[in-house]
Amino acid sequence: MDEFSVLVGGRAGDGITEAGMIIARLYNQLGYCLYQYLDYPSLIRGGHNFAIVRASDKKIGSHRDRVDFLLALNQETIDRHEWRLKESSIVIYDSDEVKSQVDRGIGLPLKTMAKEAGAPAIARNSGLIGAFSGAAGIEEGVVEDVLRKAIPKSIDENLEVARRGREEIDGEEGLKVERRSYPCCPVITGNEIIGLGLLRGGLDAYVAYPMTPSSGILHFLAGVADDFSVKVVHPENEIAVILMAQGFAYAGKRAALGTSGGGFCLMTEGMSLAGMAEMPLVVVVSMRAGPSTGVPTYTAQSDLHFVMNAGQGEFPRLVIAPGDLEQAFCWSATSMGLAWKYQIPVILLSDKTLSESAYSFNLAEARDIPEIGPVHWDGEGEYRRYARTDDGISPLAFPPMKGAVTKANGYAHLESGITTEDAHEIRAVQEKSLQKEKGLKKELEALPAVRTYGDEYGSVALLCWGSNKPVCAEVGERLGLRVVQPVVMNPFPIAQFKEALEGVERKISVETNSTGQLARLVRCIGFKVDDQILKYDARPFSVEDLEERLIEVTR
Amino acid sequence: MKTKDLGTTAPNTWCPGCGNFAILNAIKPVLADLDEEGLVAIENVVLVSGIGCHGKIADYVKANSFYAIHGRTIPVATGIKLANPDLNVICFAGDGDAYAEGLDHLIFAAKRNIDITTIIHDNRVYGLTTGQYTPTSPSGFLGRSTPAGLEVPPINPLEIVFASGGSFVARGYSHGIELLKDIFREAILHRGFSFVDVLQVCATFFNLYDYYNERVYTLEEHDPRDRDRAEEKMREWDYNSDGPIPLGIFYREDASTFGDNFMKYNSKITDLEGRIRGALEGFL
Repeated sequence: MDEFSVLVGGRAGDGITEAGMIIARLYNQLGYCLYQYLDYPSLIRGGHNFAIVRASDKKIGSHRDRVDFLLALNQETIDRHEWRLKESSIVIYDSDEVKSQVDRGIGLPLKTMAKEAGAPAIARNSGLIGAFSGAAGIEEGVVEDVLRKAIPKSIDENLEVARRGREEIDGEEGLKVERRSYPCCPVITGNEIIGLGLLRGGLDAYVAYPMTPSSGILHFLAGVADDFSVKVVHPENEIAVILMAQGFAYAGKRAALGTSGGGFCLMTEGMSLAGMAEMPLVVVVSMRAGPSTGVPTYTAQSDLHFVMNAGQGEFPRLVIAPGDLEQAFCWSATSMGLAWKYQIPVILLSDKTLSESAYSFNLAEARDIPEIGPVHWDGEGEYRRYARTDDGISPLAFPPMKGAVTKANGYAHLESGITTEDAHEIRAVQEKSLQKEKGLKKELEALPAVRTYGDEYGSVALLCWGSNKPVCAEVGERLGLRVVQPVVMNPFPIAQFKEALEGVERKISVETNSTGQLARLVRCIGFKVDDQILKYDARPFSVEDLEERLIEVTR
Repeated sequence: MKTKDLGTTAPNTWCPGCGNFAILNAIKPVLADLDEEGLVAIENVVLVSGIGCHGKIADYVKANSFYAIHGRTIPVATGIKLANPDLNVICFAGDGDAYAEGLDHLIFAAKRNIDITTIIHDNRVYGLTTGQYTPTSPSGFLGRSTPAGLEVPPINPLEIVFASGGSFVARGYSHGIELLKDIFREAILHRGFSFVDVLQVCATFFNLYDYYNERVYTLEEHDPRDRDRAEEKMREWDYNSDGPIPLGIFYREDASTFGDNFMKYNSKITDLEGRIRGALEGFL
């Protein structure tokens, strides 16, 4: 078999995410590319959590509905996911919890096993993983290495539970895994990669108020703050977040901030201030299903037009929507450079799927980061914070500077930074902004702002953006379709987009929203989308989902 | 550095008799003196202002400044201070600014005891929007949004900042510049969150000169380190009922400030790529 899917499920608090990650790391050691989808409701204890781990010998970044292994810590997992089973699937479950008759099932008294080994209840996962590794034919040495690395406490007891789980499965037929040759890569979430990308872009400070699904960036950066000499601040609310970040920027420190739609609503006055005062910022917005509180721990792509238009007045709004981890890493770093060169707020748009799913990340594919940096004042003459230049970019200088003052201003201002209401001056301020946007557009032309996958000569194109890129690329590849993904959403890279669509006769857009926001965007520049595949149940497309919907529209 | 060196070319647009002149005319000599005495170099000073008549002060002082938005001076100032602890950051905010739109930031700045100074131009009326009540307007106030008279009593901002953990609490008055200068100087030199509520008279919409002149007095024989006494003095006047109005420094204490533990993060790291590879190894 070239690929495997494993679902592990239980209650919140059972350690499902960690169990999924351990399974991913086992396959990772055997030469597979990994993806983990995480599904959990907005609660702390109880409910139903599950992870689907998919391993393939090719690059993947999406899940399948059907699974080869169903690992169940409770009855609900069996009841909810039985439909995912194939003829060949294997079910392993905690017989202390699951009381129903399970077809193709292997019941293990996991609770009892954990207790007998003197391990905490969470070690039920180790028994499950032990049994799974037996059924999958994964060498015991590999299992021990991965468990030792992943489990911080009571490791000997956990290994004992894993060993007993494996014993129980001995002699059973299994879905044996063969070693493959996909490079062994870190398996890591989008949020963590965005954090690393920002660090690569020279991050000095990260400011955020917790909000799912963006909080992973805050947690990750707070954890590595010492190693990377970065300040991480969690202020009183999102309004303070974006204003505080501008304080950092004013003083010459590279700041980024993160939130989701609701928090970003509060930040829009700050966005507009950054536009007028020309404060460089990177704002990570990780979308979840809305409106309002919506579905906090589930996914959507419904805020594209909101972020593209956030804040009053006219100023350049650069919006970048990476679709996989390599893009997320490169563009997080690049967005920092662009923010500082053009002195603008840059929005890095993610969603729950990209932020919280774990993927194999190949650093070798993410090395192409352009050197883009700020223009500094040369110290000649009197410093003017908003000096008007040909390209609209005013050289930067930060206090303290003897004999020079830096006056930032959210009012319309003179070159010195002093307020003005003069008609001629106001016009000049606005033209400076337009001038910057012109330069930005030109700079973007040289960057991979639109990506193409699948059959590059295909006459049918799938249009996608953000986290739908991997599933579209995979399905497009298999079905011989061209896949076109704009990464920069605003200002829209029209020339690159046109070029990517050359020879295309039919365009099908794929989005996780109900109104077709990308389709609407490209319509504004004269591209009609022929069919739209929209999904708005707050769940990401599985491979099967997309294939079935494609058959429907192309029939 | 002389006071006159701190002027700018911006034409002053405050009304004649505006209390903002007193604040401007007090802060400039204080900054000039602190620079002259080598206590605070002028290039290390950053002024942050909000929106309202007061905000224009950013245009009128030739010093580093960030003319921000309504209610948001404090988070901007906090960011600047955390970014570079060598900078001396002074917020100028209005009462609508700090006590209505941005009250959350004021409370948190006091709670953190961040080492910045906040000077409130408390004229107890919205001037630039032509005469509505603010959080410190007295009950019964006849404003354009409350033509039948304001129903609710004002807040006492000194008590709020004190209860929230501010380590320097003072009140000034725009009539009496010497006291104002003394307070500003001490506030700027204080390490921690310094808060000065200035009774700044709006000559156009709420002229309280006569009212204040009859009631203000300067705190004397007062030990600002005595918490109980400080609180008692803050409560002597509630911004509503008649009573003597004490001016001066009510409270000050030495306390640790937010950001002290950030000092170590100021160094640039070498071999960024190597560290990123190292971090990634943890995810294998």
